[in-house]
Amino acid sequence: MSLTDTGTPDDLAGRRSSGDDRRRPGFTERLLAVRELSLLLALGALVLVTTLRNDRFLSGQSVKDLLLGCAILVILAVGQTLVIVTRNVDLSVGSILGLVAFCTGSLFLAAPGLPWPVALLLGVALGALCGAVNGGLIAVAKVPALVITLGTLYAFRGIDYYWAAGRQINAADMPRSFLRLGNQTVLGVPVLFLIAVVVVAVVGYYLRAYRGGRELYAIGSEPAAARLSGIPVGRRVFAVFVASGALAGLAGVLYAARFGTLDAAAGTGLELQVVAAAVVGGVAIFGGSGSAYGAALGAVLLTTIGSSLAVLRIDPFWQQAVVGALILAAIGLDRLLALRTAARLRGRSARGA
Amino acid sequence: MAHDSLYAAPPSAGTDTEQTAGRLTGLRAAFGSWDAAVVAALVLAVLVAGVSVQNFATGRNVQFLLLDLVPLALLALPMTLIVVTGEIDLSVASTVGLCSTLMGQLWLSSGLSLELICVLVVLLGGVLGAVNGLFVTGFGLPSLAVTIGTLALYRGLSFVVLGDQAVADFPASWTAAAVRNIPGTPIPAAVLPVLLLALVFGVVLHATTTGRALYAMGNNDQAATFAGVSVARTKFWLFVASGAVCGLVGVFWTLRYASARGDNATGLELTVVTAVLLGGVSIFGGRGALLGVVAGVLLLGVLRNALQLADVDANALTIVTGALLIASVVLPNAVADLRARLHRRRQRANPVAP
Repeated sequence: MSLTDTGTPDDLAGRRSSGDDRRRPGFTERLLAVRELSLLLALGALVLVTTLRNDRFLSGQSVKDLLLGCAILVILAVGQTLVIVTRNVDLSVGSILGLVAFCTGSLFLAAPGLPWPVALLLGVALGALCGAVNGGLIAVAKVPALVITLGTLYAFRGIDYYWAAGRQINAADMPRSFLRLGNQTVLGVPVLFLIAVVVVAVVGYYLRAYRGGRELYAIGSEPAAARLSGIPVGRRVFAVFVASGALAGLAGVLYAARFGTLDAAAGTGLELQVVAAAVVGGVAIFGGSGSAYGAALGAVLLTTIGSSLAVLRIDPFWQQAVVGALILAAIGLDRLLALRTAARLRGRSARGA
Repeated sequence: MAHDSLYAAPPSAGTDTEQTAGRLTGLRAAFGSWDAAVVAALVLAVLVAGVSVQNFATGRNVQFLLLDLVPLALLALPMTLIVVTGEIDLSVASTVGLCSTLMGQLWLSSGLSLELICVLVVLLGGVLGAVNGLFVTGFGLPSLAVTIGTLALYRGLSFVVLGDQAVADFPASWTAAAVRNIPGTPIPAAVLPVLLLALVFGVVLHATTTGRALYAMGNNDQAATFAGVSVARTKFWLFVASGAVCGLVGVFWTLRYASARGDNATGLELTVVTAVLLGGVSIFGGRGALLGVVAGVLLLGVLRNALQLADVDANALTIVTGALLIASVVLPNAVADLRARLHRRRQRANPVAP
């Protein structure tokens, strides 16, 4: 769909042969085409304007809150990127997060002395299991991801409610070492955010540099062609859903650590916010394009808008409307750039012939 | 097979035509029986619930069951047509919310008569739908992304219009009319306009050239264009129709609960999509029928209502919604797969001369 610069193979090939091209794209256009850069600019402008209005916006506590607030959304958005790049979508992440968060709480309730890394691993494993259910239904039964994950969105959430049966788990039920994970800082940076950064770096590098990662783009660009060129499409898509589920599980454990108070409604409606973050971050909804870095920046931008509005004394009710407008602007921009790039490529090949 | 797989097998040519044709009739047979299967499941659910669940077969329960289903049924009608063309509209619930708060705000501050406000709200819904249509057909953007955007935008605007307040002082004669029964029956009068609209949408989809064109674009946009169908214009008006129906639902929702609030109908979009898919409409377009969708809506409502009466936690009921949806896509696919396999084996047993 969009041709943002994520180093897709045809993109690289196009640049190599562009030496004799006189009509090179203008500076702004190239800047906009690198979505990560334009997102950083937007983020910078937003922070600058907000800070000019209220200089406490960049104070230590405020920045810490901001980083804490976006960490979970960043992790989910990165997982979603893996899925969307292959031309699928995972709508069940909010429900998986809720299920795993409640499971983590119950685990500590049942075994108070449990060391937290074990709980973390178990949470990730449960998330991966949920992801495997998604992936299994999709890859084996050949059913569209949107439909299946819409179904598991309800199913996982229902299991969560059934299990919780109206109970609530409080911070007092969980060990202090685990809760510290949720708000501790290292050199002023919250641990939660550091975990998110590690996730972004690992997934981003894998997508960009590894054969498996490149194959995901191939699958998303044209599944039939990917299959014909020998890529195990079914297995890759399955793996992607397991990864997305595992990351949602990780996010669920971190959610439990951060908020402490858990009921069955944790993370309700988060899935659309996650897709929104990925789309704003330049991940094309029909696959084949986008990067984990972009999606992560999209998540940070969406979170920052929320806190900026509060500081700018704009009615907080505007936040969701702004997010919606931003999504429309982002996909509109992608489309515009794609059309211009396509026109330029056409012009070049016409001259070359 | 009600749902196509995401990765359709590449079109086979030459010697495979026989097999493809055989598979297609298999598909059609499985698909034709899908409507029947949903209707049968509905009848079965009603019978079992009527016998085994206390208070299910009472007039009062039937009234509430049907009243609860009116918004879902109304929204599912245009959604069916949109999904048949291969698009989707995830903004419906937010449009309902925005229409509801606009109705509240107009009633609160404009001094217009309620009749006029209702008409205005339906028109506004049409305008909101036109925005979706413009982005999808005018700018050529994927409807999934566009309507996720307007889902957030419209919900946000509905909070902007009324904040966290509610407008509740609608005249009692109007709010009572929204839940009034047809005299002498336990059936709410609000069901009548739903039936009327279902009839209109059904006729458009199944008995007009426009309806055939919708299937054509769902199967292949370009082929439909070459066949002389104005794809963009048709899709645009579908989104407008969807918005207008959302306006209607907004009016009904506001009057039924006697409250215009920013969070009205939150999350309903996924239930609507579930009902449509459960009704046998393919998410990739080109397949589906309105009868199945209406049966799907009723099945969803009956099951939820009966289980709620049987004291199952309302929230845990989402398991039923999810399981139904998954079963509705996995089962037909599995059946079609099995048939295709049997067919291939039979063909291998007695090969056809080329």
